[in-house]
Amino acid sequence: MESLKAEGVKDVFGIPGGANLPTYDAMIDAEFRHVQVRHEQAGGHAAEGYAKASGRVGVAFATSGPGATNLVTAIADAMMDSTPTVFITGQVRTELIGTDGFQEADILGATLPFVKHSFAVTDPRQIPEYVHEAFHLASTGRPGPVLLDIPMDLSRADIDYVPRTEPVELPGYKPSTEGNIKQIRIAAKALASARRPIFYTGGGVINANASEELRELADSDRFPVTSTLMGLGAFPASSDRFLGMLGMHGTLTANWAMDKADLIVAIGARFDDRITGKLTEFAPHAKVIHIDIDPAEISKNVGAHIPIVGDVKQVLPKLTREYRALQTDSSRLDEWWNTLRGWQDAHPLYYEPSQNGEIKPQFMIEALHRASQGDAIVTSDVGQHQMWTAQYYGFDKPRRWINSGGLGTMGFGLPSAIGAKVACPDEEVVCVAGDGSLIMNVQELATCVTEQIPVKVFLMNNGYMGMVRQWQELFWDRRYSSVDMGSSPDWVKLAEAFGATGMRCDDSADLEEQMVAALEHDGPVLMDVRVAREENCYPMIPPGNAARDMVEAPRKAVG
Amino acid sequence: MEAGTPQVVKLEDLHVAGQLSGRKHILSILVENKPGVLARVAGLFSRRGFNIDTLAVGPTDDPSISRVTLTLDGAVHPIDQVTKQLHKLVNVLKIRDMEPEETVAREMALFKVSSAVENRAEIIQFAEIFRAKIVDVARRTMTIEVTGSADKIEAFERMVRPHGLVEMVRTGEIAIGRGHD
Repeated sequence: MESLKAEGVKDVFGIPGGANLPTYDAMIDAEFRHVQVRHEQAGGHAAEGYAKASGRVGVAFATSGPGATNLVTAIADAMMDSTPTVFITGQVRTELIGTDGFQEADILGATLPFVKHSFAVTDPRQIPEYVHEAFHLASTGRPGPVLLDIPMDLSRADIDYVPRTEPVELPGYKPSTEGNIKQIRIAAKALASARRPIFYTGGGVINANASEELRELADSDRFPVTSTLMGLGAFPASSDRFLGMLGMHGTLTANWAMDKADLIVAIGARFDDRITGKLTEFAPHAKVIHIDIDPAEISKNVGAHIPIVGDVKQVLPKLTREYRALQTDSSRLDEWWNTLRGWQDAHPLYYEPSQNGEIKPQFMIEALHRASQGDAIVTSDVGQHQMWTAQYYGFDKPRRWINSGGLGTMGFGLPSAIGAKVACPDEEVVCVAGDGSLIMNVQELATCVTEQIPVKVFLMNNGYMGMVRQWQELFWDRRYSSVDMGSSPDWVKLAEAFGATGMRCDDSADLEEQMVAALEHDGPVLMDVRVAREENCYPMIPPGNAARDMVEAPRKAVG
Repeated sequence: MEAGTPQVVKLEDLHVAGQLSGRKHILSILVENKPGVLARVAGLFSRRGFNIDTLAVGPTDDPSISRVTLTLDGAVHPIDQVTKQLHKLVNVLKIRDMEPEETVAREMALFKVSSAVENRAEIIQFAEIFRAKIVDVARRTMTIEVTGSADKIEAFERMVRPHGLVEMVRTGEIAIGRGHD
């Protein structure tokens, strides 16, 4: 507990159980807040939401066995999205380890593929040292989850805490942060030669708190910027140089720009398959500058012509300086911008507006943007509603968009909203949920009520697991298999049963007003928003296709 | 003018560094001697779909450090990607991709060969040619210890197999850099 305090921990999430009783006993006197969640997975996601909203390390506790295994999804999620988190699990007493004791699970073994690092405590005196190492590992270099597994007899032991004076030193862990200046100079000159450049920015920019630095580099010339799902908000969506998100459900302009670019500057992004589409046909004309803190990301999926390993917060200002010194003529980009503007005019994000008051899901997100002045912290689950939120909310600031990108974890939205609200109590925190996803962690409404965490859940309810239904419609001959959610539950009654406020809206004329009312309400709110059932999310790169084969929303013939 | 960077960088002159080397690689990896380290290394290989051809683990002159020597096929796996992933393991201290000309590599193997009286002499002769040692003789089998490069061990296997190879055990290669004068 002293070690956690020394790390500046203010809030933690978790559930007690047999093997972490000693820890929870100490929790009573701890000087930080413990949020008692209702399921360990949700505690893990709350820690992630906390970390993503604030940049501080998120911490979640669970007991041994099932408590620990319930955390696995959250740990894997944090690994995929490089979220700085520390997970502390109880373990059975030392003498029981390996005997299949009650509530014993080899959580260290189970999570090996999903952790940045993990520690099994074998001596109580290791605890402070490991805690500090865990926080150091979680929060530096490429951030990620670190697991600390503590057998019950060892967490019970009384040890003297000696405050740490030395910085953490790990012989096998030395992230390079500065970026090779020679490579940076070559990159600046390549940028100066480029006629069709594009910045492709990812979650790394947000993790590095480098939005300002990105803006300065983009402002050093008229560089167009696109962002991954995870990077939204690092560059303002309202900027006229932002082409929108790229990837499977990105804008046509962003994807075609990648396809036609002669130089891609990848910044804190990892060329995920949802970005590249068919890898062999990805960006056929482009040379690649790849800036990333993790050397293993460079040339993993797409070969980098100019690799730069470093912290983007340190590398970008150097690149800006070197580029400015070259004093290039920005008119060389005129033709490129003409092309991009032409695409933007001809192929904007589009949906068929409703004629009869039915709420289109895209309209719902636009209404939420207006109701929250575009300034809320927005979390989401995974599916269609997630993509529509990414497309239509328009994030202008970093750490406002919190979702599960890499692992794609349904049920992430509500618990991560709890984490975000605990981290940023003065901010408006809303969760855009899907009805397929929300039910997976709906028990956390109890946490919102009992812990007085007033998050606002806007449920995009189409009665389907919508994205799966969309794929079955488009690629499986409309053979719908196990995607209809039926009419259960009654979400308003469910919210009320938990002691939260339930609301329902099925008329687009009332939606914005009702949303404002929900946001102004003091406590947690769940609003069941009935949306068009079989709306599809467009544009879309069909799986296995190239970016240039992007499919747009079908338009009704003008008659 | 800055040293080392050209005046102008033309995009058409930029290339991606080569990925597949096309040959066998021996990686010599120093790891912290802590529980679970081998599981981390092995798990990384299976998770990333890298195939290990051989793997040998042993202590070093420093009791807190162990050495993992593994061989893998650079025609199938980008070695650069393998080493970068390995470096992400916090317990991995140092990785050397051993240069073939600069390296002495050895492997040991034990062969249990069926040795009827009539072909015993021939097997003993093979052993002598390969500078192998006969370490056990029974009524129907002989066990022979062979040390050398992987090629030599494979050559010996080809020689004795027609006589009836009962069992073979190989250690996997270990390697050390050649000394410099």
